[in-house]
Amino acid sequence: MIEVHDVEKRFIVRAKTGRLRRERREVMAVDGISFEIESGAMVGYVGPNGAGKSTTVKMLTGILVPSAGRLRVAGLDPSRQRIELARRIGVVFGQRSQLWWDLPLADSFDLLRHIYRVPAQRHRENLERFTATLGLGAFMTTPVRQLSLGQRMRGELTAALLHDPDIVFLDEPTIGLDVVAKSAVREFLTDVNRNRGVTVLLTTHDLADIERLCSRLLIVDHGHLIWDGGLDELKRRYGQERTLVVDLEETVPPLELPGVRVTRVEGPRQWLAFRRDETSAAELTAAVAARAPLLDLAIEETQIEEIVRRIYAAGGAPLAT
Amino acid sequence: MADLARIYVHLVGARIRSQLEYRLSAAFQLVGTALLTALDFAAIAAIFANVDQLGDWSIREVALLYALATISFALTDLVVGHLDLLPQMIREGTLDGILVRPLPSLFQLVAADFAIRRVGKALQGVGVLIFALVTVDIDWSVGRVLAIPLAIAAGAVIYAAVWVSLATIAFWIVDAIEVVNAFTYGGSFLSQYPIGIFARWLRGLVVFVVPIAFVAYFPALYLLDKDDALGLPRAFSFVSPLVACLAAIAATAIWRNAVRHYRSAGG
Repeated sequence: MIEVHDVEKRFIVRAKTGRLRRERREVMAVDGISFEIESGAMVGYVGPNGAGKSTTVKMLTGILVPSAGRLRVAGLDPSRQRIELARRIGVVFGQRSQLWWDLPLADSFDLLRHIYRVPAQRHRENLERFTATLGLGAFMTTPVRQLSLGQRMRGELTAALLHDPDIVFLDEPTIGLDVVAKSAVREFLTDVNRNRGVTVLLTTHDLADIERLCSRLLIVDHGHLIWDGGLDELKRRYGQERTLVVDLEETVPPLELPGVRVTRVEGPRQWLAFRRDETSAAELTAAVAARAPLLDLAIEETQIEEIVRRIYAAGGAPLAT
Repeated sequence: MADLARIYVHLVGARIRSQLEYRLSAAFQLVGTALLTALDFAAIAAIFANVDQLGDWSIREVALLYALATISFALTDLVVGHLDLLPQMIREGTLDGILVRPLPSLFQLVAADFAIRRVGKALQGVGVLIFALVTVDIDWSVGRVLAIPLAIAAGAVIYAAVWVSLATIAFWIVDAIEVVNAFTYGGSFLSQYPIGIFARWLRGLVVFVVPIAFVAYFPALYLLDKDDALGLPRAFSFVSPLVACLAAIAATAIWRNAVRHYRSAGG
């Protein structure tokens, strides 16, 4: 469904270096990426900020023209057959609205019906279905600019799926959402993927999105693909370490506990890194409490940036393509 | 094509409805715009208070020229004026949303707005046109009657083509809007005068390079049965619609090429 072969995207960046001088620099946003995604899959595309995630998605959706390489989405060349492709894909940008700011959702959906030429009957069925699963009814007639982020995102998802696309691209669909809205979005995506067979490519910062949704995960960094595989495998190799952040009653020297690395100390607050397969958070908490009076605690899961760092630290290199 | 027209009506209809939510404000803006643009004509009238002729054109003849140019420009401004938002859309990356919809990108930008207040400019032009048609001696024929709406439409297309072509500069230089405005608004200013009064290089520019002389000047020559002061062939007086078609084709090609250079914004 999606084929990417040795794709590159270069940007020329002009930076001011003096009053009148400008330096011209070439930046490789995507530097030779290859992968394939089969129909019906749900794949996570992750990486730190500026890794080349969005650039890849923009090339796949025909927004940007690749500098080199070959792209095929649903058998089409995205930038050359942009309009034809647009009928078969849905796109959600987490940070930018695709809806009409001044119009209620109901009117936006009606305009989309005309733009995508969806038969009225089919449009009605889809809209009823999405309204029910996403609970749009309560704010269907409110202008988009007055919606909360969570409500708007539900509108965006509906807008991206009303024309029965084969593929949806989601760029940070859960960014800024609260826990409830996040889980609504995730449930909806699972449903759409399972029951409608829609192929989903999701870029995200949030590993929890991937955990709930994707069986396969691609990690990019500095324009290179550095991981292509399952999440479980990735975690087994790099994601075992979690961090317990403890606030103690008073400042003490870094705690020495078996299987624990103190990664940071700030006054009475200490960061304790431990392996998931060796210690449980409960055991560790008890051990800490036995050593020093405990005020508060929090668990930090491994962030994507951290995993990327570890892949490099473990001698990981861009995947051969 | 019929499809696009229907979608245009839907999109623009939605924009107009949202503007009419504030009826009084829309009405004030419309009248305000009409009065403001009337000042342009006052400027020309002021020139004639001191001289009787501009080249070999009388004030009434210049009024005709002015009216044709103003109405065409007002129509263009009404339909594509919001293209001046393009640099902002490029800077903020909101053009992305347009590029993932199954419609031509230029069409979507054009259909993105329809500012009612801009109708004011056209109204003011229509007023001057009526004044000119009543006071100027025209040897009326079917051809001349038809020439008026045809000239206005062709003129609007020529302006729009110039506007679109210049706007594409934003794909390379985001902050070029002031330069672009100098040409679009400056161009409309130039087309209100008989080109015979311009310097030679400027005449060449508006006839052969940025063909705004075909907006009002040549059609007016035809209506008034005048010869070009500098001896350009009579045929130039009828070819505005052809020039409009060529300009539209060229502008579309320039736009298509420019969109392929879109860089989007952010990660």
